Amino acid sequence: MSGLIGKKIGMTSVYNADGQALACTVIETGPCVVTQVRTKDKDGYEAVQLGYGEKKEKHANKPMLGHFKAANTTPKRKLVEFKEFEQSFNLGDTLQVADVFGEGDFVDVVGTAKGRGFQGVVKRHGFGGVGGQTHGQHNRGRHPGSIGACSFPSRVFKGLRMAGRMGGNRVTVQNLRVLRVLPEQNLLVISGSIPGAKNSFVIIEK
Amino acid sequence: MSELIKLVEADNAQRRTALPVFRAGDTVNVHVKIREGAKERIQIFTGTVIQRRNPNTGGETFTVRKISNGIGVERIFPLLSPNVDKIDVVRLGKVRRARLFYLRGRQGKAARVKERIAKPTQVAVAA
Repeated sequence: MSGLIGKKIGMTSVYNADGQALACTVIETGPCVVTQVRTKDKDGYEAVQLGYGEKKEKHANKPMLGHFKAANTTPKRKLVEFKEFEQSFNLGDTLQVADVFGEGDFVDVVGTAKGRGFQGVVKRHGFGGVGGQTHGQHNRGRHPGSIGACSFPSRVFKGLRMAGRMGGNRVTVQNLRVLRVLPEQNLLVISGSIPGAKNSFVIIEK
Repeated sequence: MSELIKLVEADNAQRRTALPVFRAGDTVNVHVKIREGAKERIQIFTGTVIQRRNPNTGGETFTVRKISNGIGVERIFPLLSPNVDKIDVVRLGKVRRARLFYLRGRQGKAARVKERIAKPTQVAVAA
């Protein structure tokens, strides 16, 4: 899938032509630099590696410095491979927002969800909790309830949803509409919400 | 708020400057665009502003109350919606609170709002 790497800026709302207020996310994306071109002969598959976000030279290790030097660019913070770009690229080409996305396009956005820490089953898995506060209910309102039967199987099944660490995982949101593209500011306005905190990297795939 | 988000909201800021100053208690004419198939026309809703919600945000709304054929009618308008063509302030109201929900329980004479005389510094009211 073709796409770009970007940074989540935050959310706001815009009005469409019908006067509806749409919740939207603003993403700063591009210019992305082509840092590597994967070819069928050499790598066995076709892809383009893009780089985004400036990094200080002292923070890049030597092998990566060489990698960036080959593409004739400065060190980048984030590198992502994209398949199925329609055009072909050379090392060091830059891609702007408007080159890839247009208004009305549908995109998928990949990001890292906010870490929630250790959470119970109600928040983590959407369990309903125990129910009421009355009828002898004591203090187990948000507990998972039974986790298995007694003499058979006399164990807890693997994979049973329980409390634990939540968030911080890679999440993809599909089919978000591009509401607006602001090429001068490298901004992309997308309907709906996307995973992750502000200023976190996101991958926008078309 | 981020400067970049303000750029996206630039339309809203522009629309806001074109609107008159009004507050709860004022009587306004709201010119609403109504789409009937391909045709578009403008309808005027006149009434007392009883509240403004989420002020100074893109989602700001205001509620207008009027008595239509003896029945109270309230409409909530998004302030910056493109469907709100124009807002005329007809009369300024003198009230002591920001939300005039007490008007809901009142009828006739009791549901009046005192007129406020605009200070000379304030912008002249459109007729």
